[in-house]
This record gives sequence, structure tokens and C-alpha cells, in this order.
Amino acid sequence: MFDWLEYLSGVFIFETLGLDKQTQIGEAANFFLYDTIKIFILLIGIIFIVSFLRTYFNTEKVRVYLQGKSEFSGNVLASLFGIITPFCSCSAIPLFLGFMQARIPIGITFSFLISAPLNNEIAIAMLFGLFGWKITSLYIGLGLSVAIFGGYIIGKMKLEKYVLIPVVPMTGELEDVNIELTIKERIKESWSYTSDIFKKIYLYVIAGVSVGAFIHGFIPADFIATYTGGNSWYAVPLAVLMGIPMYSNAAGIMPLVEVLTSKGMLLGTALAFMMAVTALSLPEAMILKRILHIKLIAIFFAIVSFGILLVGYLFNVIL
Amino acid sequence: MKIEILGTGCSKCKELEINAKKAVAQIDGFHEVRKVEDIIEIMKFNVVSTPALVIDSIVKSTGKLLTTEEILEMIK
Repeated sequence: MFDWLEYLSGVFIFETLGLDKQTQIGEAANFFLYDTIKIFILLIGIIFIVSFLRTYFNTEKVRVYLQGKSEFSGNVLASLFGIITPFCSCSAIPLFLGFMQARIPIGITFSFLISAPLNNEIAIAMLFGLFGWKITSLYIGLGLSVAIFGGYIIGKMKLEKYVLIPVVPMTGELEDVNIELTIKERIKESWSYTSDIFKKIYLYVIAGVSVGAFIHGFIPADFIATYTGGNSWYAVPLAVLMGIPMYSNAAGIMPLVEVLTSKGMLLGTALAFMMAVTALSLPEAMILKRILHIKLIAIFFAIVSFGILLVGYLFNVIL
Repeated sequence: MKIEILGTGCSKCKELEINAKKAVAQIDGFHEVRKVEDIIEIMKFNVVSTPALVIDSIVKSTGKLLTTEEILEMIK
């Protein structure tokens, strides 16, 4: 798909700039240029497409669709909606309470809360650019399973008593909030959203790819394998722990993970790390703490971590 | 006209309030701009993603930080 870009990047680095293909600096420079441009193209393309689709799917609509759904199918639907709906952790409170108000069981709400940040457009675009469609679909598929089963288990545990604000369930059917937009407005909106996100993350991407390029060109493969734990048992939990505080920097961290896997880090460990980065967000936990008992948040984090660990180990064993 | 900004206090909500005030300053007449921070009250609007903009009790946008120009377009 990006052969032409690889070719152009090679021509520019090795012929226009005259760097030697055999040297480490030449290889690192080529890697940096190719990867940065490729990721930028994908980021802009994927974020634009996702945000365009999103103009048709706001969270208010999701609530209407999820209302009255039975347990397991509700979890599946909520997780799927999580891929396409916009979600910012600052909306976590109204979302959580609003879903309860519509009598949606909290297990289904959690399925959505796990899936939405996990399947965010930045993570998907970065994964697609760095690892290709196979790993991206694995990530999405496994992320959905974690969201479906995580939410299902939380639902089974009957934890409603840990919600600190009393919510009065509404009576009758919910009405959709209708906001009409023309195609032109949708395109304009998606474009401004895309450029906003891009401005926010492009420096992280450049920083991540630079460090990645350095590792790629200068550090020998067995060095990484030795220090990221290779296939030792603690590599996966360590990766999950390290992923928790890195939420806001997903765009900068993923290029590093890609280089680490090419230098011997196991793919399951890498996937577990990336899922922990996106799904387990401390800022979101802090916000939810205003309406949820700390016990419920701890259970939520524990179940998601456990699911991610399972994914990591499974992959390290299979692949 | 009554313009309400629904938000629980995140940075996007504050920016939306500023943009709404800037937009109102550009049109004639007396208009009320009110920030709704109480979650129970926000839920009464059937809104689950903040920030949201409500004009004369009609929800105009949810989960988005509108620019001053966009708001101006809605209130003109």
C-alpha cells in the first residue's frame, strides 16, 4: 500500500541527501522519514473517516439504541458502539448517569466505557500505520472481547450500590435529541476535528518515531529482547503496569512499541501494553471517582487488566 | 434568547462558555448565557455527552467544542 512512499523516501535520503544505505545514520533517517509520513497520512485519513461517520452517531443516539436491550446482546452492542462514538473522558459522568437514567444496566455501560477509549481513532490509525491491518483487526477484536466480557462480568456482580449519586430512572421511552446537519456541515466538522487532533499529536508522533528510528538504526536486536523481558512470565504484567499512566501519549508511544517488537519484544506483550495505554486511563478513573465508589472503580480496573493480561499471554503462547 | 452551556467543568466546557459569550457579544439585544454544571440538571436535557449547547431550551449540539463562528451561525 505504501511501496511508493518507501521508494520516494529511499530516493530522497540516499540519492538527494546522499546518505549511505549501509550506514546506521542512513538507515535511521530513511526509517524516520518513511514512518512519519506514512503515519501522518493514515492519521489524517482514518481520523477524518471516523469523525465523519461519527456525525451520524452521537452518544445520545447510542443511549436510545441500547435502551431495553437484554444483557449479553446489550454488552455486544455497547462494545460495538464504542468503536464509532466519540468519547472524551470528560463526558464519563453524564454518560454513566444518563445511561442509568435510561435503565441501561451498568454492565452494559461498562462495556461501552471500556470499548470507547480502547478503540479510539488515534490508536487504530497508529496501529494500522505501524503494524498493518492484521494486527489492527486483532487488536480491535480482542479489545471488543475484553469490553464485552468485562462489562458482562461487572453486570453479573450487581454493583449498582456503589454508584454514589441517586439516579431516578425515567419513565416511558427516551426521545432522541435530533440535530440535523447537511453533508457539507458534516465534512466541515470532521475536517476541523481532524486538524485539531492532528495539531495535538503530531509532535508526539515525530518524537516517538525519532526515538524509534534511533533504536532501529543503532541498537542491536538482542539488547531489546534481553531488557524487555523477552518471553519471561513477568513481561506482560509489567507492560500493563507501565501502560496505565501513559494514556495521553498513545500517539508517541506506539512507534516505540513497533520498533521494540521488530527487535525481539513479543507481540502479545506489545498488544497488552497498547491496550493498557488506551483502556486503563487514570484521568478517567479520577473523574469517575466523583460518582462511583472507589471499590467499583477498582473492580473495573482489575477486570480490564485481567482481560488484557489474558490477551497478552494468549498471544505470546500462540504466535 | 437564552443560551445554556451544559458541562461538568472540563476544559472543553469552559472553552465553549467563552466562545458562546464571544458570539453573544457580536449580536444585538439582551441575551442570557448560563452555565449548567449540576449533573442532575444536565441530565434533564437528555444529554449524555458534554459540552452541550442549548438555545431556548432546544439542544443544538452535544459532545463538541463549537467555535465562536459556529455559535454565531446558530444564534443569528
